[in-house]
Amino acid sequence: MKSQKFWAWLVFGLGAAYFIVPLLATFEFSLRMRRGEYSFDAYASVFADPKFAASFSYSVIVGLFTIVVGMFVVVPAVYFVRLRMPWLRPFMEFVTLLPLVIPALVLVYGYIRLYGSSSLIPFTGSILGTDILLTCAYVTLAMPYMYRAVDNGMRTIDIGTLTEAAQIMGASQMRIITSIILPNILVAILSGAFLTFAIVIGEFTIASLLNRPAFGPYLVGIGTNRAYEPAALAIISFIITWGAMGMINVLGRFAPRTYARTD
Amino acid sequence: MAAFLEVQNLVKSFGTNTVVKGVNFAFDKGEFISLLGPSGCGKTTILRMIAGFERPTSGAIRVDGDDITTLKPNERKLGMVFQAYALFPNMTVGDNIGFGLKIAGMGPEERRARVEEMLKLIGLPGFEKRYPYEMSGGQQQRVALARAIAPKPRLLLLDEPLSALDAKIRVSLREEIRAIQRDLGITTVFVTHDQEEAMSISDRIVVMNAGNIDQIGAPRDIYNRPATRFVASFVGHLNTLPETAFGPNRAIRPELFSLTPRPDTDTTLSGTVSDVGFLGSVVRLRIDVNGTPISIDTFNGNATAPPQRGDTVTLHLASKDVLTLGA
Repeated sequence: MKSQKFWAWLVFGLGAAYFIVPLLATFEFSLRMRRGEYSFDAYASVFADPKFAASFSYSVIVGLFTIVVGMFVVVPAVYFVRLRMPWLRPFMEFVTLLPLVIPALVLVYGYIRLYGSSSLIPFTGSILGTDILLTCAYVTLAMPYMYRAVDNGMRTIDIGTLTEAAQIMGASQMRIITSIILPNILVAILSGAFLTFAIVIGEFTIASLLNRPAFGPYLVGIGTNRAYEPAALAIISFIITWGAMGMINVLGRFAPRTYARTD
Repeated sequence: MAAFLEVQNLVKSFGTNTVVKGVNFAFDKGEFISLLGPSGCGKTTILRMIAGFERPTSGAIRVDGDDITTLKPNERKLGMVFQAYALFPNMTVGDNIGFGLKIAGMGPEERRARVEEMLKLIGLPGFEKRYPYEMSGGQQQRVALARAIAPKPRLLLLDEPLSALDAKIRVSLREEIRAIQRDLGITTVFVTHDQEEAMSISDRIVVMNAGNIDQIGAPRDIYNRPATRFVASFVGHLNTLPETAFGPNRAIRPELFSLTPRPDTDTTLSGTVSDVGFLGSVVRLRIDVNGTPISIDTFNGNATAPPQRGDTVTLHLASKDVLTLGA
């Protein structure tokens, strides 16, 4: 019993070290901007850069739009596939995995050919158009996570019977989605939203090739020009991503409970 | 008086599989009707067609003279209770019961009063603010019943509402459902595979077998005068009598035997007791009559001990009680 625990802890410790040591080293390095002593100068320098705030808030806004657009696409799609076309599910699983298989680079070159300024639908001809295109690209990138989060959420409730119960009381399809389905999968939606957010904040390829001032390209730019700030930025983005993940966990506790007491 | 619920030549096929094969029935306002049959007999499909969740392949459904065959479920003004409760988990009990009222456009004050009245009716006053997961299955199903009848539907549909509950609650809730249904005079269609449930609660029972109706009648008629062999064997227990003494296809209910002569008995059989089952109020004896197994039910009595295994007994029966089974 005791030795079993020892080995378990050893494996756990090694695994944890694999992830934590580089992180600690990065953190330690980010504190060494001032010679001879530890300081948060690198962080101060990052926060003092107006481009940090600008690119970060740009990415946050794009992230929020991505979440909203993604929800409008994914929630009704998952709902109707589960309810009326369950034979389509394997196909949906496959399609929503494609963004993980196709490199973002290929995706963005395809976009530029299709929506370039000399094409029939010149999205990239204006800044707003490019922002819209970027958002759409992010919706695609986040699709695998969003789809699975929402699909899992709908698995935990009996959407078929709940839909019928609402229908027989006179509810329209729209009302069923907004007042029955959405509130019951809200936690799943939020966890999908935070994952999406974490992806959008760090994304480089698409934002860079579409030449938009997002946080990802900013991180890379700093990385090539400065010594200590990139380490500080890495720590900051870790904290942001972990914050998002932590929120998923916290919200999970508020998931609706559907089972009856057994007494 | 014209029929309130009328089903005409109703057919439903899924692909090449016809599960409802041309069904007809008509019932009056305020009747409690059970659709009874084994699983796969088409009873649930009929209920789902009345509700509008399935579109009939052919045939018509009329409620109070209106043809509702092609209406969407949300246009039919019906109430329904599901086996799995199907309360909305994100809403309180009050909001669940008020959901249909809200859709019907009832104001918040009036709605609150109606919800309160419903909770009193189902014996759960003061439960407005509870959430479904805080309640037992029986309580949830009562809330589901209140939710279904709150908007005063034209018809109440019950899809095996008691199947998920344990035995004691099942009996008390079915009595409660029947009492509420009688109070409100609401025409009700109840789907069940449990013959005891159907007999105890219904005005009339529709016995279904493989997509067809075998018999429609009051519980007493169904039990005492079954129209087909299927009805006779599905509803209650039945003993097939030895062909040598009674002729082919003759049968009798287990409680119509007695171990002592009654004024109306005119026939006797003798056999050996092969098993004694003590069920509480009833003692069920398995008797071997020259190779034909017969089971008989007698009431438990404090004074007389039931026969033991291996005893030889004489069974008395009245020939008027013997059923002749058709196909």
